[in-house]
Amino acid sequence: MDAILRAENISKSFGPIEVLSGISLDLRPGEIHAVIGENGAGKSTLMRILSGHLSPTKGSLFLDGKPITFSGPVDAERHGIVLVHQEILLAPDLTVAQNLFLGREIKRFGLVDDKAMRERTREILAELGTKIDPDVEVRRLSIADRQLVQIARALLVPHKLVAFDEPTAVLTPIEAESLFTIIRKLKENGVAVLYISHRLNEVKAIADRVTVLRDGRHITTRDIEGLEPLEMARLMVGRDMSKLYPDKPTTASEQIILSVRDMVVPGYVENASFDLRRGEILGFGGLIGAGRTELFEGIVGLRPAHGRISLRGESVHFRDAREAMAAGIVYLSEDRKGKGLLLQQSLRVNLSLAALDKFTRGSFIDTGAEEKALDGAIKDFDIRTRSRDLLAGQLSGGNQQKLLLAKMMLLNPRIIIIDEPTRGVDIGTKEQIYRFIAGLAEDGLSVIVISSEMQELIGLCHRVVVMRNGRIAGEVDQAGLSEDSIVYLATGVHEERAAEIAAGHA
Amino acid sequence: MTETVLRTGAERRKLNIDMRALSPFIALIVLAIAGTLINPDFLTASNILNVVTRSAFIAIIAVGATFVIAGGGLDLSVGSMAALTAGVMILTLNSLGSADGGTLALGMLVAIGLSAACGMTNGLIVTFGRIEPFIVTLGTMGIFRSLVVWLAAGGTITMRNFELRELYRPVYFGSIFGIPVPIIAFLVVAAIGALILYRTSFGRHVVALGSNEDVARYSGVPIWRVRTLTYIIQGICVGIAVLVYVPRLGSATPTTGLLWELQAITAVVIGGTALRGGVGRIWGTVVGAVILELVANIMVLSNFVSEFLVGAVQGAIIIIAMLVQRSVHRGR
Repeated sequence: MDAILRAENISKSFGPIEVLSGISLDLRPGEIHAVIGENGAGKSTLMRILSGHLSPTKGSLFLDGKPITFSGPVDAERHGIVLVHQEILLAPDLTVAQNLFLGREIKRFGLVDDKAMRERTREILAELGTKIDPDVEVRRLSIADRQLVQIARALLVPHKLVAFDEPTAVLTPIEAESLFTIIRKLKENGVAVLYISHRLNEVKAIADRVTVLRDGRHITTRDIEGLEPLEMARLMVGRDMSKLYPDKPTTASEQIILSVRDMVVPGYVENASFDLRRGEILGFGGLIGAGRTELFEGIVGLRPAHGRISLRGESVHFRDAREAMAAGIVYLSEDRKGKGLLLQQSLRVNLSLAALDKFTRGSFIDTGAEEKALDGAIKDFDIRTRSRDLLAGQLSGGNQQKLLLAKMMLLNPRIIIIDEPTRGVDIGTKEQIYRFIAGLAEDGLSVIVISSEMQELIGLCHRVVVMRNGRIAGEVDQAGLSEDSIVYLATGVHEERAAEIAAGHA
Repeated sequence: MTETVLRTGAERRKLNIDMRALSPFIALIVLAIAGTLINPDFLTASNILNVVTRSAFIAIIAVGATFVIAGGGLDLSVGSMAALTAGVMILTLNSLGSADGGTLALGMLVAIGLSAACGMTNGLIVTFGRIEPFIVTLGTMGIFRSLVVWLAAGGTITMRNFELRELYRPVYFGSIFGIPVPIIAFLVVAAIGALILYRTSFGRHVVALGSNEDVARYSGVPIWRVRTLTYIIQGICVGIAVLVYVPRLGSATPTTGLLWELQAITAVVIGGTALRGGVGRIWGTVVGAVILELVANIMVLSNFVSEFLVGAVQGAIIIIAMLVQRSVHRGR
């Protein structure tokens, strides 16, 4: 079939740097076309060019066979090309219906026609198979529902091509599954779908064709038939990725280092109890919103909580992160950009922030020592940066995670809690982070990994504790580790449905 | 976003940061040239010293404001706080009576202690009450101001002891090695401020707090202590400014320190400190305070605009400074 949108030899340069070179691809009606690549491969840039947010430096676009240049995203939308953004771009205090029609309100006699907009919103949401109330304010919705609203907003205009930029990054497996239903429906209606992701299992489950980008270059475009996730990973990274997870360290001992009993975080966690052993990697699984993050923020004093915590047999209570750090426990937030790093500050300032006491001579900061520590961190953690003077916000996701690790390791912790260690991190860096975590356990430290990626928990951890609705639903030991057992505990359903979900995502 | 895209942005931004740090100095030079062209009397040593001396109060207060603003806060109460401190200091000196150095020292101690306490009040309410600093200091601005009016019974609080006034006079009018004392005071305050902000962990914590409070908290920065301390530093700076101010007129009135908050915040903004926090530029602030006084001086020396409109011009400057910052920021 003829392509709706065809890109021919698209290149894009920012100043002297070429981020895309000579990309060609065609997007056909009724087809889901996935674009995969590591962070920095040029996926987002390509998508922005196709949806009119950027114009290419070289090459041309053809819409229904005719050459076209978009003057901007609005122009592209007028031609039926819509982009569903990765970030949620909605006004939180407006209702769902008001958001859907923001900037394109239906009017009657010069006044907004709320009734008509509400009706239309209800229709569209029903088409998407959701029962969100058009009159509820967006800030009351879950992240998944917000994303649905965002999709509804995109689909409000007549569309021929819908582009999704990492739509499942913030969704639980079940939520993602209902998103896929929506995407498949679009496909059945003859819409061309462009799907950007670096979750390969997901791509395998949904895409018809896959284009792989690496370093701004087009590596290949292939039918999904016979293209397995492992092969996709190899194409993305350019080397064999069969061994993503290191061997599990054999250092897990019986010696309990941290014991938590009846931990309560009001509104989030009820009576959570667990033990952490020396040299162990303990996983925490569960759906998003199950209370995992809140439990650990409560334990290290970042939010109000009560319960009994004993560290090496001594009863402790932390009022803030500082006290937890002093006791040798560090927590690395899942929200690296919001809670982990000062994006507007230099790498040096970020690196030393938590352990600043180690860098003072008298009352003054020893900048030389800081610089030396930065050299060490760049080397030890393989932080890839073009210049040491960059701001933390200019690093890629993977390198930010390495910097955050380096920052917290300066405190010489005995217990490291890492929340979503590889979120937004490309596959090559993932491998490094896994190896690093295993190395910590080998050195006799104890690591807690909170993750929504089941493969990660299975591949990395000695044991996995699973939470559901603010409670600890159960524990899976090494012998019993499987997606099925985790999904069962996380959702409480042990039907074929759960197995299906697991097969689709992992 | 891809790393490579940021890469080009980075170079442009780096240039911008340099521009932001430099722009107050460039503005200062441009103004000096303009002043010279308008009136040849402008570029005389006595006029320049006069301008810088007059800018000392605002510069000293603005050094404190740089801490508060770099830490993500705001203090609108500085003008009223200065008036209250000046009033209480004079009343203390009057009640002690005797004209010796001990009395003066005690009065100064009272002034610094009171202003530090005022700052601490602001800080504690902002920190533990978790109220917007804008609202808290708007409230204390009213409280401090009406306390002075009440103490002065609507009139003027004057230093009664003439000998004590003579003893105190040199703190504003005197000079050491030809440099007026207020200028020395403000350079010393700025130097100490720069040392604290740039070289100590407390200063680093202030910047971290202003950049992103959550990151600071998750990194174990004692944010409550740091935030309260920025307001205390602001209070102490107000106290020091008052020490230099009181010998100038020897009195405090209900209009003492009026609009000083506007001038102090303007000086900070002109100096390149980001109003949203996370960047603090002490020396930029100092230059900003001098620029404000230069503009007033040029207005007096020229006949373009009535000098009664100085406040209006300063108000316009802060808006323009913000617009410039915004446009420098754009295109990232």
